[in-house]
Amino acid sequence: MKCKDIINELADYLDEALDSTLRASIEQHLGNCKDCRVVVDTCQKTIQIFCNSEPAPLPEDTRERLHEALLRRLRLKKSPDGQRA
Amino acid sequence: MDRFSMSSPKLDPVRPHPLPSTVVKDDESALVAAAKSGDIPAFETLVGRYERKIFRLAQNITQNREDAEDAMQESFLKAYEHLGEFQGNSRFYTWLVRIAVNQALMKLRRRRPNVVSLDQELDTGEDMMPREVEDWGPSPEERYGQTELSGILGKVIGELDPPFRVVFQLRDIEELSTEETAEALGLSVPAVKSRLLRARLKLREKLNQYFRRGENS
Repeated sequence: MKCKDIINELADYLDEALDSTLRASIEQHLGNCKDCRVVVDTCQKTIQIFCNSEPAPLPEDTRERLHEALLRRLRLKKSPDGQRA
Repeated sequence: MDRFSMSSPKLDPVRPHPLPSTVVKDDESALVAAAKSGDIPAFETLVGRYERKIFRLAQNITQNREDAEDAMQESFLKAYEHLGEFQGNSRFYTWLVRIAVNQALMKLRRRRPNVVSLDQELDTGEDMMPREVEDWGPSPEERYGQTELSGILGKVIGELDPPFRVVFQLRDIEELSTEETAEALGLSVPAVKSRLLRARLKLREKLNQYFRRGENS
């Protein structure tokens, strides 16, 4: 397995969507190739940083406009199952 | 990179592990049921739970604050109007994300009509071999405050072309499955995988400048 093959299989490897034989081949390569290991490691960290990041609080004016718009519209509408709210 | 393989010491391979889900709460189905029967405070609780995430999603896709705010408002209003059609076959949040991504994409297409076509064939086959191979420090997230880190992440994802950043947003930030992402965007599963790989590699490269070992540490 070459470095190019690692890149081609990277998404499925990170998503644990590979069969055990292919996974073992990749891990054997990673054990011997520092560059590929760094790429895989930093790619995994990239996903984790985005996945774990907390969204910033809503700006107060944005939140106020959202809730005003919701209340204005929702109070005029029937409820989703047909009853008047 | 193979040239390194003979001389490098034996290293433990990087083992992936499932990413944590930060989305689902136990009382969600009860809140949805109450909201369906017209309980506005229950719906407001759902809004309060997800407004930050939906705003970030809309902001990341539209790259425009006014459009993001409009898309968020319209998403929650549409969600309420169509709540009766939500059958509970997926997570409520997944259903909400699908509404929000459509609203955000409409805004983006309105602003950039000639640029955004998600279903066109994209050339993702060019050389994807990383050019920069530098290790990061042990905990890049600790180097920056939360606000600063949010700014960095928002900046680098905004630098991706829309077809790539939308796929990354749904798959890796909102944690939709590959199949859910494909369905939400009207793409094939191979197209999602190909765009996701490109997006991940591009973002990794862009984050290198902030997180590489020795940088700002």
